[in-house]
Amino acid sequence: VKELVPPFDFQAVVVETWTENGASYGWIALMAFLVAAACGLVGNFLVLRRMSLVGDAISHSVLPGLAGAFLLTQNRGSFPMFLGALAAGVVTTVLIAAIHRRTRVKEDAAIGIVFTTLFAIGVLMIAIFADRVDLDADCVLYGELSFVGLEPQVRVGGWTLGPEPVVRMGAVLALTVVLLMAFYKELLVSSFDGGLAKSLGIRVNGIHYGLMALLSAIVVSAFESVGAILVIAMLILPAATARLLADRLPVMLALTIVVDHCSCSCFGIGRAASRRVAGLLDRGCDGCEWSRVIYARVDIQPDSGPVEICDPAPAFLDWG
Amino acid sequence: MPGRPVLPWWVFVLLASFSVEAEAAKVSDISPASIGEQAVRFFSMQDTSLRYALLGSILLGITCGVLGSFLVVRRLALVGDALSHAVLPGVTLGFLWNMTKDPAAIFIGAVISGLLGTFLVGCITRTTKIKEDAALGIVLASFFAVGLCLMSLIQHLPTGNKSGIEKFLFGQAAAISADDLRFMAIVTVITLGLVAALYKELLTSSFDPGFAASLGLPTKLLHHVLMFLLSAAVVVALQAVGVVLVSAMLITPAAAAFLLTDRMHRMVLLAAVFGLSAGVMGAFFSFLGNNLVTGPLMVLGASTVFAGAYFFGPRHGVIARWWRQYSRAARIQRENTLKAIYHVLERGEFTEEGVGVQSLAEHRRETLPEVEQQVRTLLHHDLATLNVLGDTVYLTPLGWQRASEIVRNHRLWELYLTNAAEIAPDHVHEDAEKIEHVLGEDVVRELERRLNHATLDPHGRNIPAIRDVHTRGRTAPRTVPSGYGGRT
Repeated sequence: VKELVPPFDFQAVVVETWTENGASYGWIALMAFLVAAACGLVGNFLVLRRMSLVGDAISHSVLPGLAGAFLLTQNRGSFPMFLGALAAGVVTTVLIAAIHRRTRVKEDAAIGIVFTTLFAIGVLMIAIFADRVDLDADCVLYGELSFVGLEPQVRVGGWTLGPEPVVRMGAVLALTVVLLMAFYKELLVSSFDGGLAKSLGIRVNGIHYGLMALLSAIVVSAFESVGAILVIAMLILPAATARLLADRLPVMLALTIVVDHCSCSCFGIGRAASRRVAGLLDRGCDGCEWSRVIYARVDIQPDSGPVEICDPAPAFLDWG
Repeated sequence: MPGRPVLPWWVFVLLASFSVEAEAAKVSDISPASIGEQAVRFFSMQDTSLRYALLGSILLGITCGVLGSFLVVRRLALVGDALSHAVLPGVTLGFLWNMTKDPAAIFIGAVISGLLGTFLVGCITRTTKIKEDAALGIVLASFFAVGLCLMSLIQHLPTGNKSGIEKFLFGQAAAISADDLRFMAIVTVITLGLVAALYKELLTSSFDPGFAASLGLPTKLLHHVLMFLLSAAVVVALQAVGVVLVSAMLITPAAAAFLLTDRMHRMVLLAAVFGLSAGVMGAFFSFLGNNLVTGPLMVLGASTVFAGAYFFGPRHGVIARWWRQYSRAARIQRENTLKAIYHVLERGEFTEEGVGVQSLAEHRRETLPEVEQQVRTLLHHDLATLNVLGDTVYLTPLGWQRASEIVRNHRLWELYLTNAAEIAPDHVHEDAEKIEHVLGEDVVRELERRLNHATLDPHGRNIPAIRDVHTRGRTAPRTVPSGYGGRT
């Protein structure tokens, strides 16, 4: 075991990460931050509503939506996949409600049944159509931030904004922020006191399903960076950390961003380490809990399989 | 619930699920060998590895089903999910211990990291304001991430026998060896033995922890024992289902059994049977599809069983429930029509034998076709007859009985609310409209006794007496007008 973990090399791990190949690394770090921020903001509401594991469920069950959209359209365009994942996310919420409202099976068991079933369907689709689908199972399941392509660049009126996936994620983050701000009051009230929200005339069910739809949208955009299984860490860890530090929701939301930023910095260490030792053990403990481990998912050789789902796909921006 | 109806139901569900799965497999025909040949090979049990895979699936199905029952009734389903992810670092460390797939080392590692995970969940919820769901998510994600890192560490090893470790994620029943199988059998026997020995204690602490504690049962210890057994079950299932989907094998068969029965021991048995059949289905279709990932197939088998129980469960199934609601609504509709006929007859002081459909429609303030439709359902249930012209309804003896019962229930309840609950007489009608359909015979007796067999309701109308209700024949209320005689 010992030869697996080489001695810690400060120069290579901390310094060279930022100096060597800094431009592309900067984009990747920015991408990590955008993903983490979008997930973390929504995650706050999940934690408050005690629905953390619904987040886990949705992140698993968007898989058949992705695979199905791909099989139907036979291209990796973001938009069909996005729609497929969104549909799968909504189906998950509806199915969970159908089981636990209509039978005596409790909600926790209903969640467990629904997401494992959908996830199994997704894994099976990828396994069966592996020869026809350019979906890399590893990439879908665990994500790989380094595969985020830096081409093509998005240009708006002569301005070069940046690599397309980064811009897309930025757009999703912006949408999240706008939606959360627009419905902040409704979300706040219905998260803390459902009864009061109802008596105020807020459509609690609508808010619930809207939140779930937003969650699916974010999860699918975050897919290529973090994969299906570990999105829950992005959703819950920053929010839970913030919850420990603050009592007021606005402060929590702000803290979430800070925590995300910290964990993204840790990504640098993990990435450098993984490049050198092909394996990462926890080093340099700090307050960001384990999120860095997720970012530091070690490279699977890019030539080991098709990784197209992680490739840049036509932007959402192209649609607008 | 009596044992008899259960058996045919789940047999039916199993058969149905088998046939559904078989069709699904044909669609996914990707194997070079024909499906038929593979199926023959499967059922002839020629291959050793196939026999191992099958036995392994059976063992895991039984273990997961039995333990899952306790998870489901204790509402710990998502703890099962978190735990199954949390064993991953232990599994990989067990693998790293001497760089082989040594079942014992993997088992010890998995149990330690599983227990550590549940312990951490407990710590987080006890010491901070973070709720259990978030704590579960934190532990699940953190442990799984560590496990993944360790796993990729193993995959990047320059030397060593690393084959099979990646199968732990999604499972491959065909990879089960004789050693694995022996170990799985031992763990299964120990697990089932412990559950059998502690059955009473587990049962009590699952359904009423307070009562269990007052009996002096160590409920906390029992919880930890259950977590220990769960980790063991996850290890048993590891080879065939994989870490990611073990929770489905824990939750889904048990939830299906939960829908079919009300007794714990029956639920445990059913869940074991469901788990077993899901395991066999998974192994079968995995073999059929040339070693397709086994885990998802098993999970889909279990989900099919659950879907069967969800729709066709005799008591808690959706269709049965829908049918009960539908027939209750239809009965209430019939009873309201009967009541209307009674009211019209009462208005004529029971001098008429029949009621004109037209006057019935006027009384109910509904259109003629609507009332005719309602009368037809009465005819269908032998509650009324029509004359030749089809414009007058006559109640049959049975119809008389039901109509008087409903009116009696309604008026008794109105009287009871006015007298006992002191509600104003003009406020009691709405409530009585609902309760009249569900009052049982014994409740009515009790009401009559408490109201001293009163004959008039708060609005001054007669309450049909017991003898009217049970008098057979249409003539009775006519010759002895209801409520007038006998009780003065």
